[in-house]
Amino acid sequence: MTATAAIEPDSASNGHLSASSAADISRDRLNHIQLLEAESIHIFREVVSEFQNPVMLYSIGKDSSVMLRLAQKAFHPGPIPFPLLHVDTGYKFREMLEFRDRYTAELGLKLIVWRNEEALANGANPIKLGTQRCCGLLKTQALLDGLRSQGFDAAFGGARRDEEKSRAKERIFSFRDGAGQWDPKNQRPELWSLFNGKIGPGESIRVFPLSNWTELDIWHYIHLENIPIVPLYFAKPRKMLVRADSLIPLEQPFIQGLPGEEQLVKCRLRSLGCSPCTGAIRSDADTVPKIIEELMEVRNSERANRIIDHDQDGSMEIKKREGYF
Amino acid sequence: MATTEKNVLEVTVAAQSDEERLPIEQRLEAELRKDLLRFSTAGSVDDGKSTLIGRLLYDSHNVYDDHIKSVTRNAAIDFAQLTDGLRAEREQGITIDVAYRYFSTPKRKFIIADTPGHEQYTRNMATGASTADVAIVLVDARKGILNQTRRHACIASLLGIPIVIAAINKMDLVEFSPEVFKQHSDSLQALARQLEIPRLIPVPVSALDGDNVVHRSTRMPFYDGPSILELLETLPLAIERTQATFRLPVQRVIRPHQDFRGFAGQITAGAVHPGDEILALPSGRRSRVKSITTWEGELARAHAPQSVVVSLEDEIDLSRGDMIAAIEAPPRKTTRFEATVVWMHSKPLRVGATYLLKHASQTVKATVVELRSRIDVEHLAENSAAQLGLNDIGQVVIETSRPLLADLYRESRATGSLILIDAVDNGTAGAGMIRQIQEASEDHKRAIAGLLKVGDRPFLAGQLEQTLLVTGALVLRTRFAGTSQLLNLVRVGAFIISESDELAPIAFLRADSLSGKPYEISADFEFARPEEFLAEIERIASLPTGEDDNDNGLGI
Repeated sequence: MTATAAIEPDSASNGHLSASSAADISRDRLNHIQLLEAESIHIFREVVSEFQNPVMLYSIGKDSSVMLRLAQKAFHPGPIPFPLLHVDTGYKFREMLEFRDRYTAELGLKLIVWRNEEALANGANPIKLGTQRCCGLLKTQALLDGLRSQGFDAAFGGARRDEEKSRAKERIFSFRDGAGQWDPKNQRPELWSLFNGKIGPGESIRVFPLSNWTELDIWHYIHLENIPIVPLYFAKPRKMLVRADSLIPLEQPFIQGLPGEEQLVKCRLRSLGCSPCTGAIRSDADTVPKIIEELMEVRNSERANRIIDHDQDGSMEIKKREGYF
Repeated sequence: MATTEKNVLEVTVAAQSDEERLPIEQRLEAELRKDLLRFSTAGSVDDGKSTLIGRLLYDSHNVYDDHIKSVTRNAAIDFAQLTDGLRAEREQGITIDVAYRYFSTPKRKFIIADTPGHEQYTRNMATGASTADVAIVLVDARKGILNQTRRHACIASLLGIPIVIAAINKMDLVEFSPEVFKQHSDSLQALARQLEIPRLIPVPVSALDGDNVVHRSTRMPFYDGPSILELLETLPLAIERTQATFRLPVQRVIRPHQDFRGFAGQITAGAVHPGDEILALPSGRRSRVKSITTWEGELARAHAPQSVVVSLEDEIDLSRGDMIAAIEAPPRKTTRFEATVVWMHSKPLRVGATYLLKHASQTVKATVVELRSRIDVEHLAENSAAQLGLNDIGQVVIETSRPLLADLYRESRATGSLILIDAVDNGTAGAGMIRQIQEASEDHKRAIAGLLKVGDRPFLAGQLEQTLLVTGALVLRTRFAGTSQLLNLVRVGAFIISESDELAPIAFLRADSLSGKPYEISADFEFARPEEFLAEIERIASLPTGEDDNDNGLGI
């Protein structure tokens, strides 16, 4: 008997090699992408089996898109058995929101959008409050309220350990106390793939199925699986404020351009955050393979253009303790 | 010396630009051929571990410019700071814990589980080692084997890491002496034999200068073996050494519509094809694989560690916590076994204490019935002990409320490992590796209790009564129809076979059936052997309350 993997061609991926059929299965060795995929699917199934009311934190970015595909695979031929929760800070890019509404409708998923309307009504913004305080209100507080609103006891997040120092020591099942807070000094040890999902009333777990994926793995998977992503990731000429090395999106309402600063630049976003706090990078990468090529040669880390990570040393750990994910 | 280093550098640059000249399509294909090796490192601040990892990442071009810039002082890179800034984290009061790092070379992807040596050493080291294919043990060439070396090697051995690389570091400080290297290598090999580590590979290294880390050193002609990175790029993965036959712990039943009922899980060992005969455990019923479903389509073959959905030819009652396994050499069904336990809770492990135990996809109640010894990982001795404290390791005997479908840890990590969960604070209290299994045999079978309504099936009732009496159960056969009165007898341990004049479906009630809702048992059991019927009853009797297909398996 031959050892080919798929009997039926993969109609969904338009002739792309899919991660599970491209392998040299005759050697019973999975490549790294297939290994990561199998591990993530295992995590999704554990959570849905052990918790009453899971939800996926959907940030619209590339990692969320990959999480959605993995969730589809985990429960196929059944549907994704949990809703999505998007924490909308009110400062997300217009193209992100359009993509969110179109794509989640296409997949027939239940989407919950949660905003801290009170803080927004009081004029919360990063210039006025500083980024720490702004994130605290519009992201962390909104996230905790959104989770509490429907009594979610497990929340999938797309964070990866390779993104940032404090995330490198994060668990896959990350325990949160009744206030949604992370205690990095008192984390549950996590061995093999035996995840401890036991919690008390009011407590919850954040789950990170992409923990072991790197930025390059994510892009590779998007390429292999032909996964839709927000067009902001692709380079095209965009009007930007050009100030020193920074490309500041015009969409943010806070920084006014000086004469000559507004320029048409071929650029893209490497990670998607809020428009006031996310810079673009100059790039010609207008396809996924070109983005991968750019990444293979890039010399700066992924979150280097995320202002919020650089406020103070260890700022991510501080935010995470408060409940950020 | 400078010339030599320059040559090495030029070779690397040339090799890199060759790779970069390839069109992106070919580079993507090359990416797909890479597999993934996980390795653990542990050590204290002074043994050069951080420097070694820093070198490994830097020399294999895996560090971003902004990171290099942030650790460069006076034009010199601080390699130790590059990886974890451990000292900086301590000064800032930021938590130190197992940290995972990722890098890749043209041959492979790697995950490093980097564990600090001073805080929670055993807990962190065991955590990092639990998924590792290879462990790197650092030895200071000036000091040789220390207590911490033995501790590290011992934990690597207990956690079943098949290959240990002993990096004999700071060779520059012993003038690259071949005698020093040989002396340390010999004592490390003796240690490996004592700990039953299958393979230990000593490499002479100067992490600070990069000798034998990524590039082979020209300063130690007595050593003509591979560098550490070359080893990491070629050593086999741990899963390729797993001996067990096919096993699929059922994580979840996927039933989107009437015509599809699939068992979802990650294959922990072996391979499977449609048509293969399998065992459904713990019931022991046999069936055949109808299909292997994935999002991409049906597979003609699936193997570990793929996550799949398997459908069977027969309607078999299987749910979360059960297992589908090969007919040949299936896992053993056990409620009593011996395990090595690494204790991770501030509340000590004591004999008689009850915990929740998670094994594969099921969680059961477990009692520690015996503490045989505590292992002294620094002197490699076993001593008697009254309890296991935080970061202690010991040999215990555990009994579970319902059977595990288990293998020995050395045969299969996935089905030989377990965690113990504190029943009060839900913390992960211990990690266990099964060393010896006492199989559930007829002699040890506990008498079961329950109310079985068989309707008008006198032959079945008679056969069951006979079979049950042999097991020592207290059997009552009656035509009395008062369910609640009969359940009172069940609660004191009776097994009641209740008959009636109707040919109703066979139903089973347990002592906890407060709602009076019975478990229906499919009629084809009527014609099966009484042993099989009883196995099904036992399975139901041991199910957690509120059971459905996707019950969380906690049984409480």
